[in-house]
Parts: sequence; C-alpha cells; structure tokens
Amino acid sequence: MNIRYLLKMANEIAAGFSALPDEAAASREVAGHLRRFWAPQMRRQIVEHARATGGEGLSALARRAVGELG
Amino acid sequence: MMQICDIDHGTPASRSAEKVTLTIDGRSVTVPAGTSVMRAASEMGNSIPKLCATEQLKPFGSCRLCLVEIEGRRGYPASCTTPVEAGMVVRTQSPKLAELRRGVMELYLSDHPLDCFACPANGNCELQTAAGMVGLREVRYEPGANHFDAASRQPVDVSNPYFAYDPAKCIVCSRCVRACDDIQGTFALTIAGRGFASRMVAGESQPYLDSKCVSCGACVAACPTGSLMEKSLIERGQAQGSTITTCAYCGVGCSLKVETQGSEIVRIVPDRAGGANRGHACVKGRFAWGYATHRDRITRPMIRASIREPWREVSWQEALDHAAAELRRIQAEHGRNAVGGVTSSRCTNEETYLVQKLMRAALGTNNVDTCARVCHAPTGYGLKQTLGEAAGTQAFDSVEQADVVMLIGANSTDAHPVFGSRLKQRLREGARLIVIDPRSIELARSPHIEAAYHLKLLPGTNVAVLNALAHVIVTEGLVDVAFVRERCEVDSFEAWRDFVARPENAPEAMAAVSGVPAEAIRGAARLYASAANAAIYYGLGVTEHSQGSTAVMAIAALAMATGNIGREGVGVNPLRGQNNVQGSGDMGSFPHEFTGYRHVGDDAVRASFEAEWGVALDPEPGMRLPNMLEAAHEGGLRALYIQGEDIVQSDPNSQHVAAALQAMECVIIQDLFLNETAQYAHVFLPGSSFLEKDGTFTNSERRISPVRQVMAPLGGMADWQVTQALSNALGYPMSYGHPSEIMDEIARLTPTFHGVSYAKLERLGSIQWPCNEAAPEGTPTMHVDSFVRGKGRFMLTPYVATSEKAGPRYPLLMTTGRILSQYNVGTQTRRTGNLAWYKEDLLEIHPHDAEERNIRDGDWVGVASRAGETVLRASVTERVQPGVCYTTFHFPECGANVLTTDNSDWATNCPEYKVTAVQVVRVTQPSEWQERRRRFAEEQARLRPETARAGGA
Repeated sequence: MNIRYLLKMANEIAAGFSALPDEAAASREVAGHLRRFWAPQMRRQIVEHARATGGEGLSALARRAVGELG
Repeated sequence: MMQICDIDHGTPASRSAEKVTLTIDGRSVTVPAGTSVMRAASEMGNSIPKLCATEQLKPFGSCRLCLVEIEGRRGYPASCTTPVEAGMVVRTQSPKLAELRRGVMELYLSDHPLDCFACPANGNCELQTAAGMVGLREVRYEPGANHFDAASRQPVDVSNPYFAYDPAKCIVCSRCVRACDDIQGTFALTIAGRGFASRMVAGESQPYLDSKCVSCGACVAACPTGSLMEKSLIERGQAQGSTITTCAYCGVGCSLKVETQGSEIVRIVPDRAGGANRGHACVKGRFAWGYATHRDRITRPMIRASIREPWREVSWQEALDHAAAELRRIQAEHGRNAVGGVTSSRCTNEETYLVQKLMRAALGTNNVDTCARVCHAPTGYGLKQTLGEAAGTQAFDSVEQADVVMLIGANSTDAHPVFGSRLKQRLREGARLIVIDPRSIELARSPHIEAAYHLKLLPGTNVAVLNALAHVIVTEGLVDVAFVRERCEVDSFEAWRDFVARPENAPEAMAAVSGVPAEAIRGAARLYASAANAAIYYGLGVTEHSQGSTAVMAIAALAMATGNIGREGVGVNPLRGQNNVQGSGDMGSFPHEFTGYRHVGDDAVRASFEAEWGVALDPEPGMRLPNMLEAAHEGGLRALYIQGEDIVQSDPNSQHVAAALQAMECVIIQDLFLNETAQYAHVFLPGSSFLEKDGTFTNSERRISPVRQVMAPLGGMADWQVTQALSNALGYPMSYGHPSEIMDEIARLTPTFHGVSYAKLERLGSIQWPCNEAAPEGTPTMHVDSFVRGKGRFMLTPYVATSEKAGPRYPLLMTTGRILSQYNVGTQTRRTGNLAWYKEDLLEIHPHDAEERNIRDGDWVGVASRAGETVLRASVTERVQPGVCYTTFHFPECGANVLTTDNSDWATNCPEYKVTAVQVVRVTQPSEWQERRRRFAEEQARLRPETARAGGA
C-alpha cells in the first residue's frame, strides 16, 4: 500500500484520541485501535516505515503508538 | 382501494388501558376506552356499513351511512365518531336504520357511474360492498345533473406514472385528502368546489404529477371506489393472491403485501400489520418495483478473460468453476489474502452471512466488507464504544412518545419517507423539533411544521456543534445527575464533563467554526435537555465525515448525560441508508468481526465458528473495502467477489475505484444488471431481486422481517444459492436446502439471535433483536435497566477540523445526499417510472454564489474538486446556504462521486461524502471524465452478448 495512505490514517486515529490527558493511555488506545482494525500487513508496513525513517510523517502520538506495535 | 382480504374496523384502535363495557345488538362487549362504536361493533363481528371511515384515519363522520341507534339518545348518531361509553346500549340494525342507509346509498349511486362490470374496482369496491350491505335494490332518482355522463365527465388524470384519478368515480368521502394530510403529511390534495360541485383535486386543480404529491399511494389505498387506482391493477385486474414481504429500499424496512396473478405482480401495497410502517409506504417501495422484470436484467452467467473482450454466456457450472479456479489460482500465486469479498446491504441476512462465511471459511481470508462501510460503520463503532451495542436503541413506534426530537444530518422525508411521515405526525401533535443540517430540509419548515431551532451549520462541523450543545448542558446544570450516577461510568463522565466544559467548546467559541449563532445552540440544548422525553434521530449527515465516529459518540453522550435512553420516546436512533445495512453488519460482514459484532481475535468466539464451520479461521482482521482498493493499486489484492453493490458509482473518488478494479485479475460481480462496476468485471453471476427469494432483512430499529419469494429467480438461482454453489466449486461444501437453515446456523452462533427462527418470524411477523433466552420475543427498546456494556461510557470527542477545506482554488463546500424518488445509485429506481420526478443529478447552489458566477437555474456547470471534475445542471435555490452546494449520486453519468475524495472517518474509514471543496463555473460541454465514461460505456455495451450476437448476425 502507498505509505502516505497509511500515515494519513494513523495520524487521524491519533487525532481521534488526542484529547485523552494521559499520553501513555492515548498511545495505548491508538495502538489497540490499530491492532483491532488494521490488517496485519498494514501494521507491518507502517512499523517497518517507522523503523526505517524514525517515524517520518507520523504525529508524535501516532509514532509512539506505532512503536508499541513493534 | 382497500386491500384484498383486509378487515377494516373503520376507526383506529384505542391504546387505552381502561376498559369499557357496553351492549351492542344485545351482546355485552368490552373494549378499550376511546374505541368508536363502529370499531366495537366490527370487532364483535357486526360490521356497520361505512364509506368515509377506515381504521387508517381518524373518524370524519361525513358519509352518514354508519348511523346507529343508542338508547337514551335522540336521532341516529354516526357510529364512527361516537366513542363507546359504559352501559351504552347500541343497535346497529333496525328497520329505520335500514331505511336511512338505503336512502343515503341511493343518493351516492345517483351520481356514480354504474359500469361496475367494466370497472377495475369490481370485486374489491367498498361502494359495491356497502350497497350490498344496506340491501339497495333500486335507485329511484331520475337521471339529472351528474359527474359521469359524457357531457359532465372530467378527464381521467393519468399524469402520475403509477395511478390514475377518475373524478367521475369520486364520492367525495375525503379519505384521500385525509390520508395525504394525516398519514403522509404532504397536504397535496383538497376538496375543491362547494355542494354538488365538490370534487377532490390535486394541488391547485393541477394534474397530480404537477402538484406537490409525493406519490406515496396513501390516497390510492384510502379510496373506497375505483376513483384512485393503480394503473397496474387497471391493466391486469384484481389479484388472485398475495404475499407479505419486506421492502428492499431504505432502512425503514416497510412490510409490504405483494398482490399477484400467478407470478405476475398486480400491485404492491403497504401491510397494515407492518411493525415498521403501520400501513404506509412511499413512492419507491409501493410503486418502483418494475426494475425486477426490466429488460436490462442479466439472467445468464457470463465470463471473459479481460474487460476489453466480449462477454461470453456460459452455464452456471462453467461460470462458477471459472470463478473458483481464478480465485484459487490467485491465492496460490499471491497468497490467501490476495482476494476479497463485498457483501451487500441490499441482499438478505442469510445471503450476506454466506458471503462472509465463504470468504473466511472457504477462502481463508478475513478480507470481507460491506457497503455499510461507506454509510453507517461509524454508528457501529460509536455506539459499541459508548452503549455497548452497534445498533439503535428504539422502535419507530417510540417517536410517538417523544416530546422533543433532535434530527441531525437526516433528510427523513426524502431518504426514510415513511419514518419522515410518522415524525411529521408527532410534530403536528405538538412535539418540538431541532434540526441540525446545512440545508433547509423539508422538516425544517413545511406545512404545519416548523423546527423550533434549525442549526444550519457548515458541512464538517457536527462535532463542534455537538460539543457546544454538551457544553451548555454541563455548564447550565442540565445534566440528569441521578441517571448518570446510576447508569454510567462516573470516571468517564467526569472526564467528558470537564472536557466539554472547556471554553473552547462553548457555543460562543464554536459559532465561528460552525456558522451557528451561539444563542441558537444554547436554546436548542436547553430544549433538548429539559424535555420529558427527547430523542435523537440521525443519518448519514452524521456518519459520512472524517469525524463520523466522534459525532456518534458525542450523540450518545448527549443522550446519556440527559437521561434520554432506556425507555420509549427517547434514545439514539440511526436511520440506516439501505434496507439491510443493520443486517449486513449483524451478519459479520466487517473484516474484524463475526456475527453479533464479535472480534475475530476473540478465541472463544472464533472457536465456536471453527467448530461449526469445520475449518481453522484467521484471528487477525482483514482489510476494509477502501484498504482493499488501495492495496489493489500495488498488487496487494487481485480478486474481488462483489455481491450486489456498484462500488464504481457509490464509493468516493470513482476514478480511483475504477483504476483499482482495472488493476485486478478477477472481478466477480453478482448483480441484477451490468452496472458501472460490472463493466470492469471478468465474471458476471446473475443476482435475484427481493421478489425472487426467501430470507430476512433487518431494518434501522433492529427489526428482522421476512422476505418471501413471489416469483422464481429469473436467472435460475437465488443469491444464497449462487454463493453456496461458488463455495462448493471452491471445494468448501455448503448444502443448505432453504434460507431458514442458514438462519438456524446464525442463531446457533450468535447470542443476540439465539431465539430467532423462521417459525417464530411466521408467528410474530417480525422480531427486534436481541431475541434470546432473556427476550424470547425480541427487544423493542434497548438498555432499559442497564447498558449492554454494563455502565454507559462517555468518550472524549475533540473537534478536529477536516483537511477538506474551502480555499481560493475550491471555494465552495459540496455535500451530497438523496432525493425521494431515487434510491442510492439508482440501479433500481432509474429503471422505473420514478424518472418522472428526477432524471438527472442537479447541483444545488445558492443564488448569491450563482450570481457571482453568472449561473442561472438550469445552466450546465462544471464542478471541480481535487479528486475530479464533472458537469451537472444547476438548480439555484436557497435550500443551501451561501458557500455550500449540494448534489445527489443517483445517475452514473453525472458523477457525483468523481468529485468526492478519499478522506474518511478516522475510526472506520467511512468516506467523507458530506464535505468536498469544489469550484463551480458555467460551462457548455461535458467534462473530460464524462466523455471518457461515455466512450467506455459504449465500448462495454458493444461487448454485451446480445450486441455481439446482433453484430455477428
């Protein structure tokens, strides 16, 4: 899949949980959402991207959540 | 005209719990208080002759035929308008009554054509029946002034495509007028003239088609004579028999009676016993069924190696073997997840269930999705998170108890017309209405209805407004503290309360974002929170946004915070788009869930399916439909089995969808017609309409209703049989003998369906799930004592502006929707007489924006977005506000979804159909896309078998 497509979705999911005051809790929610709703190949691809680029294109919360997937 | 075999008790049933005992014709009778004498007599078997009375309408007392004698009362009161009283002694027959009734009847017949043998109402005419009941043997009046002889007769109005109005046969009983007013709420008919000149007219004495009539058919159903009659019945004659089934159009799920001669349909009428529709229907369900036997139907399987080759008609077996071989080949070469499936929200529960079973069990992939993805997926997510169940909370009947209705992003009178009419009825009774919608929809202001508040927000700002409403409720002390304390998670409530109370969520702060004045938001919040019973109804104007799921959770929070959940008259009510959107989700169509919304990763749930299906199942979610299409562009998905959906026309960014299909090696379409998507297909499997099969649909109120076969499948197999045969060709055996066996399997596997069976459906008519040991006959109202998830959960709902913004290049915001006469992509309704009302998608644009662009009403306008460009005809109207335009998506050549983008809801990927930044300019020729589409469609038409044969000959 085009990585920009995945990055956009991941950032939007992170924005959806952005109001949670505890960033660790927000990150767990985002990671849980990705595990629950994303097909494994999509998760693998974004994890590989994050590892390879240091999370380029991801918001801080999304980057942290993707890190939890790995 | 009354339906064959219906017993009509003359006046509506009373719902009073108080009982009254009286004597009728010497027999003691006990009925609910408020019952009419007419109904009480009819229910005991002594029907009183009547003409202006029907149980569908309030009594009117005009025909003077239903006179009775009541001891101690003077004269002969009309039994329809006389309520029963304790101790009352009534006589329905006496020599004097017979004389009076015969006199009345003589007067009626003196001005009625007595061509009964040639009248299409013959055999089912209430005037005839009444004449028979009163024992009329002669009409003593000499011929005189009348409305039926050649010199006096007004022409028959045949302007409506579906029914005719013959004024000569009108007896001026006003049933049609009252049906239009009281049931439908359109007020399109009236009695014109006075005295002898009185006659029913449409509009201002216009042809029906030119009036405001919405062709719901209520007037036709109400007519006691042959004055208003279906053209199909006039042509074919009275029916031999009838079948009760469920409408295949919108999510209201009306129960319909299909009247037939053999397997030919004479007409379709609403079922008076229908739990969802209570005897009403709309122009689609009642009349737009001609598509089922339209000449465009494809009834033979076809295959081709590439989309540039002609279709080749083949046997079912060859088509299924070919499809199976291709799916297996692709899986062998590219992995099991290189294939996907799409279930249909237009097909039955049983058919939908089988497609997802085929994908998961036969093909070993969870890549299965449904068109609910593109409409109400956020409802499933949002309500599951907050209330614990992915469904609405009420029955439609509940609206009758609502004191305040908040209608958000739902144009009910067009998209869910029968519910729209019921809502209008309640509003005319005095309920207050809050409309939250960018457009001036009919319910915001129409005859006898005006919303107390119309929050005319900018597209994309629902969450801003919902948070502002919550802010007012929280900061002005309008929270139902006792309800929250007892029923909800206190921690989550407090976090939500603190969040919405922040200054940035105040109406004054959100006014700049949403365009809604702060005082209107404050007033609406106070009205909603202060009502004894306040209900929220919402539609795709909530879900089809980048924050669709957030908005659903914000709605649930409003209902919980104000205690408006768990009883009649309140609740959270999603109005589903298509007939079986609820059902397709229930049946496990989403890639991450089995039936009953249970995650594939749940070991215990998965084990139950593995035991029933006899295969190991994947514990990981599959790809959603938008993911599948995106993956196809880069070879990640190479085959797609689509049951009954036209994703090229219905899904956003059409060109992107078409390119994805072109990138695939095998596209299998199962449909009635060679639709836009089928033009990119390699295998075509003929589908069957709702009239050709048995099954069930589940509507917006969780009501499972039977679909019953009226005619044999034109292609030889019902859709469930096709999927079963494909599964067998794939080597995964299925051997259901009837859809009831599929439902039995669903019931075994699904806790909320444990108690559902065809036998019970036959007995009860319909069932609202959950139906199980705890609720053997179903659950009209959910979350009564506790929420499905235990305690209600408040989610934080920050407003995040969509990235789709108006700017210098695309300065207007376009939103999309539906019109009454057309349905979804129009596959069905475009092949019916409904084209008389709407034959192309129009772009609504405000006069101010039109003037700036030198656009006049009816001009061709080019509409461009960052996704594409098309050309539509302009409709200059103040229904839209400045800066906003609107169109529908019913016609493929118009290309509304060429414009919509791939923005989607953050939680579910439901497309953001409701917000597209566009520019609009006056043009003189079609867009490049339209030219390309036209050429492609012409090429594809040449590749159809009949065309190829004609060319070859």
